[in-house]
Amino acid sequence: MTDVRPKAVRRLGDVVFANLAFFAGVSILATLATVAAFLFAQSVPAFTGPEIAAAEDGFLAYVFPFVFGTVYASVIALIIATPLAIGIALYISHFANRRFAQILGYAVDLLAAIPSVVYGLWGILVLAPFLNPTFMWLNENLGWIPFFSGQVSATGRTMLTVGIVLAIMVLPIMAALIREVFLQTPTLHEEAALALGATRWEMIKMAVLPFGRPGIISAAMLGLGRSLGETMAVAMVLSPAAVINFAVLTSTNSNTIAANIALQFPEAGGNYSNLLIATGLVLFGITMVVNMIARWIISRRAEFSGAN
Amino acid sequence: MNKVLKLGALAAASALVLAGCAANEEPAAETTGAGSSNTEASVELSGTLNGSGASSMAAGQEAWIAAFQIANPGVTVNYDPTGSGTGRAQFMEGATSFTGSDSYWNEEELAGSFPSCEAGTLPWEFPIWISPIAVIFNLDGISTLNMDGATVAGIFAGEIKMWNDAAIAASNPGVSLPELAITAVHRSDESGTSKNFTDYLSAVAPNVWTVGAIEAWPAEFGGEGAQGTSGVVSAVTGGNGTIGYADASRAGDLGLVSVKVGDEFVGYSAEAAAAVVDASPVVEGRESFDLATKIDRNTTASGAYPIVLVSYLMGCNDYADDAQAELVRAWASFLVSEEGQNAAATSAGSAPISATLREKAQSIIDAIK
Repeated sequence: MTDVRPKAVRRLGDVVFANLAFFAGVSILATLATVAAFLFAQSVPAFTGPEIAAAEDGFLAYVFPFVFGTVYASVIALIIATPLAIGIALYISHFANRRFAQILGYAVDLLAAIPSVVYGLWGILVLAPFLNPTFMWLNENLGWIPFFSGQVSATGRTMLTVGIVLAIMVLPIMAALIREVFLQTPTLHEEAALALGATRWEMIKMAVLPFGRPGIISAAMLGLGRSLGETMAVAMVLSPAAVINFAVLTSTNSNTIAANIALQFPEAGGNYSNLLIATGLVLFGITMVVNMIARWIISRRAEFSGAN
Repeated sequence: MNKVLKLGALAAASALVLAGCAANEEPAAETTGAGSSNTEASVELSGTLNGSGASSMAAGQEAWIAAFQIANPGVTVNYDPTGSGTGRAQFMEGATSFTGSDSYWNEEELAGSFPSCEAGTLPWEFPIWISPIAVIFNLDGISTLNMDGATVAGIFAGEIKMWNDAAIAASNPGVSLPELAITAVHRSDESGTSKNFTDYLSAVAPNVWTVGAIEAWPAEFGGEGAQGTSGVVSAVTGGNGTIGYADASRAGDLGLVSVKVGDEFVGYSAEAAAAVVDASPVVEGRESFDLATKIDRNTTASGAYPIVLVSYLMGCNDYADDAQAELVRAWASFLVSEEGQNAAATSAGSAPISATLREKAQSIIDAIK
């Protein structure tokens, strides 16, 4: 890269600040590298050591149900959270009066401050029993859809409950991000649409949503990242099994990688703990791929953004 | 969660150490049970004793540590509930002086080395913690049910699906069982409770429970998973037609299953749980100070309750550090004493070991060098 700027006078403050900023930036990479190195190094004994009883059919057969569960729970969470987040963001940015919008914004941010263990407790003790009658109804009336088939859980601790808990957990960050993007919509675009006779909904459809699309996608990916790695709430709420099951109302649900590690690690001995770390490496890979796809989508959609 | 426990234990311990200033005015002789260690009671003990291992007895260890440190203000005992496997591994690394474990030393471990002990000597072990596992259920209006082992195994293996199944009805004449699906709740985390429960199932009904004693639940048996004892209890409480297994001390108001032993149905009780340990044979081919016990789940001994979790206390027969030997002797004597066992029973709901077992354990403790 060629530096076209004229050489500036460098004072001590500049040097110190530049180095601090550099260190801050590098420390992110260094942390990431050490985590990756740790995962790699600790995973190796799982493959070289003696056979592990829990994974007698090999590592891939062991990890695959958890990969499925991780992605499935997160996708359910996103399907629920994305429209809600867009709705909340639109309401705050374009519909509510300013004072109420502010209060609502704070309230949504507060949701993010609730610890995941509290979400877990709430999920078991409040949400699951509350949802169970609905689950029964869904199963009775829509049981022909494979997702709602099977023997309904008697306790409500199902994949769908987990999806809803995760959706609520990722909602604040998604809503906040989308709201910020919607607020950036150039006023000229909005006014132009309104001047052409568009209703408010048509204006949002024509001006706000296209402008905010990259923001919505990156918010969704951020939410996905958080829900992929969510551990405590899933471990507490889900009734897990090491199977692949698309039905979302039964007691037999695919566990997620993170929850499986949390559940099994405390009593794991020998290279079984290495096996669990290896599944952590897989999760690391999944989140990395998700983030890369998100980056790629955003860059591909770059032409939609900005005041073009 | 461990951190919270540790903090709590630390707070409790430090409060008790402070309180101990007054308590140590009393003669310390009562702290140890019958045994030669009584003669050393006048000697003021001091030092630090580190142990780790099974989380199942963590609550008991807290109670023991608190009581022991009141009686011996100069001694600090630490117990880190890392899990049995880790606890045994740490002992074999020489990091700890005693271990609590849900399973006894396996042959492979005994062939290894024990740096805390004199070279070439083996560790002792004996059951210190007996925890009955209750089979709990939630059915409106029914508080106890009788079941034989095959029925319990059938329910948890997913073969018996309805509460009004003939197998359940046969042992419960006069009880009107609802036509309701059974939801069998198991532990979703690996646990010694699952291992002991499934050990029972595979022993009494090997044709129904075909996978042996396991810590991780096999997916093909279905059922519902829940995290930890409290998770299972809350899942059973929250559902209708649910059944699960949990530490008996946590059963609360839930319905309880009496299991068939010989020709009678036995509900859990502390005495019944201790009785099955006495009725079980010690593993053969071990040193005289190794009381590894193969719990006889098929026992027909009258009044014995076979679904128990037994945890062992382990230490060196001959410590490399003699000061540690003295501390362990006092500590272990307190744990097996009636007072120690009752303290754990009151605070953590374990079943006190029998007098016979106490005598055997005490003679092992007295021989620690």
